[in-house]
Amino acid sequence: MEMLAEKLEKGYVWLSILVLVAFFAAIIYASVVLAVVVPGDSGQIVPKRGETLFAAVSRTKPFDQPGVHQTGPNSYDVVVLGQAWMFNPAAIELPVGAEVTFWGTSIDIDHGLYIPGTTVNIMLLPGQIGKQRYRFSRPGQYRIICHEYCGMLHHQMTGTLTVK
Amino acid sequence: MPTAEATVTIVENPSGYSLPDSHRRYILWSILFGFAALAVGVFQGFAQGLNYAGINIFSNFPGMRTYYQGLTLHAVLNVFVFPFAAANGWLALTVARSLGRNLNGFLLALSFWLMVAGSLFAGYIIVVGKASVLYTFYPPLRAEWPFYFGVVLLVLSTWTISVAQLVALAGWKKEHPGERIPLLAFVSIATYVMWDIASMGAALEVLFLLLPWSLNLLPGSDPLLSRVLFWFTGHQIVYYWLLPLYVSWYTMIPRQVGGKLFSDTLARIAFILFIVLMPVGFHHQYVDPGVAGYFKWAAGILTFAIFFPSLLTAFSVMYALEMGGRARGGKGMLGWFWRIPWGDPSVSAQVLAMITFLPGGITGLMNASVDMNLLIHNTTFVPGHFHMTVGSAVALSYFGLAYWLIPYLTGRELWGKRLALLQSWLYFVGVLIFARGEISGGLLGMPRRTAISMINYAPLPGWKLAGALTAVGGSLMFVAAVLFFVVLAMTLLAGRKTRPVVDLPFTSTVLGAAPSGNQLILDKISYWVLLSLTLVALVYGPFLLTHIPPTLSAPPFMGY
Repeated sequence: MEMLAEKLEKGYVWLSILVLVAFFAAIIYASVVLAVVVPGDSGQIVPKRGETLFAAVSRTKPFDQPGVHQTGPNSYDVVVLGQAWMFNPAAIELPVGAEVTFWGTSIDIDHGLYIPGTTVNIMLLPGQIGKQRYRFSRPGQYRIICHEYCGMLHHQMTGTLTVK
Repeated sequence: MPTAEATVTIVENPSGYSLPDSHRRYILWSILFGFAALAVGVFQGFAQGLNYAGINIFSNFPGMRTYYQGLTLHAVLNVFVFPFAAANGWLALTVARSLGRNLNGFLLALSFWLMVAGSLFAGYIIVVGKASVLYTFYPPLRAEWPFYFGVVLLVLSTWTISVAQLVALAGWKKEHPGERIPLLAFVSIATYVMWDIASMGAALEVLFLLLPWSLNLLPGSDPLLSRVLFWFTGHQIVYYWLLPLYVSWYTMIPRQVGGKLFSDTLARIAFILFIVLMPVGFHHQYVDPGVAGYFKWAAGILTFAIFFPSLLTAFSVMYALEMGGRARGGKGMLGWFWRIPWGDPSVSAQVLAMITFLPGGITGLMNASVDMNLLIHNTTFVPGHFHMTVGSAVALSYFGLAYWLIPYLTGRELWGKRLALLQSWLYFVGVLIFARGEISGGLLGMPRRTAISMINYAPLPGWKLAGALTAVGGSLMFVAAVLFFVVLAMTLLAGRKTRPVVDLPFTSTVLGAAPSGNQLILDKISYWVLLSLTLVALVYGPFLLTHIPPTLSAPPFMGY
């Protein structure tokens, strides 16, 4: 029994390691080959001396002009500001197949930009520039949800994204 | 295979050791204080579960005005006060008993009163509605200063126990030169050493950024740096919740089911890995801007690595259960499973807790799977996951532990054994239904930490079923928790005084500790601490070097 158990233990340890390595390989595959990537470091907005964070955000490109901007034949920048308790803009329209780069930040507290049914999922943090790409290949109405607690009316911070 | 084993006379032989009454009292009070905090917390949890079914009973709760105020109280009581206080009592006892040396009585008392004071400061300011910042307290959301001050006291209380343990260990080593540290003492002390390092992040955040800021001594806050410091602690804290129960699963449960722990070495290695694989907190920040890929991928790899000691635990514990089941006449591949002593509520609660920990651990690995996080970050998938870990593997195991520990500490028999058995099964079923609801809701985009009962848009497809299951499961968990508190209160008040449990149910091991050779390095905790700090410097160093001094540009926000 003990000899068997020792063998089983060794086998189990190696199997555990193998399973974990295989899972991680799948993640790397998804990131590198399927290009499903998490946001990285896209820079920070630092107010000048005596300037408020809000003023600093308002003068920093692209956040001086929230909204949808076409940047190429099929590509768009969507610039979103989070603030208590709304998205600016709150309604976004895009054509089917649009290659979108989301640019997001917050002018007050931590918020989140989350669109269920897609891989658009990024925190909007005061002073941090958030950037994420997504291709909308299916038409329909998507719900934009703030998914980081931001105070009393957090649950009402929402918007729509229409693809047609 | 070791030819000789280090002596383990401490096992089976309680003579020559007695716990002074004053120590016994503080240990008992500490554990009971934790359970009292849990009792208040689960009332909030009940209301939160109903929220997902669209039922809002918050306005009827004494003192609670909003969903978020209740959620703050729920989390602060259930994952700070309860596990801190329970671990303080439980692992003070295990160290004292296994070293055969009493911990410093002053430190035991100090730890208890710090816990009480911290809970009063933080609890008061939450209840009056001036700290609805949730247990993550991300700035620029700002609570009033007693909240941060209370949190500081809670952490100081845990450090006090760690100091008491290390002082006892140093004294023991002087009297036992060259001997292996008894397993129970080793795993208990390793748990606290892990937490000492892990708690540094939040300690620095609260002491140098948030507490002075709440007293208007700083011009603003640094939201990203605060999140990074918080999550350095915020992930490892889950092991501080869990490892005190691993202590029970490794060193008590084998004996309770009539088996033995397979390998002393494997148990020590598992705990050492929790100390070493420290810097994994960035996996809570996969979708944060301002954090480069290096940090996210380093944390991802280390998180997969830290899953390994839990797989080791699954092997060791299952082997012990199988030994016990076979000794009691279980046959065949899985027949042993039905023969473990299911009639013992302490065993049934803890084994059921282990079973919920399987999906709990797997969903945790899914959270940690870097790009998978894009689908589930901050959805109800996450609370679905952690109610099967801290909400069950930890809470239900503490129920099971209490079923022998409270009789040991009070000398009173457990009251209502059948009710205790029923309680463990009800909680088990409840948490699985609850988690099924939350996890499916999360995959369908339902955000966590959100007053779903008050949203101003139509629920997305599937949210209603998910919410209903969450509410049903949460209500069953609540009823089961209330049954536990009934059993606990009746044991304290009406349990027969027969001294039913005379000693801790230590297990012996199949393969014991080697008295000499390579294995001695396992007991050199300082080596593992150094290795841990080196890894921390590699992963967190580059971030801290580029973000200190902090950018204190975000003004405070108190709109809650």
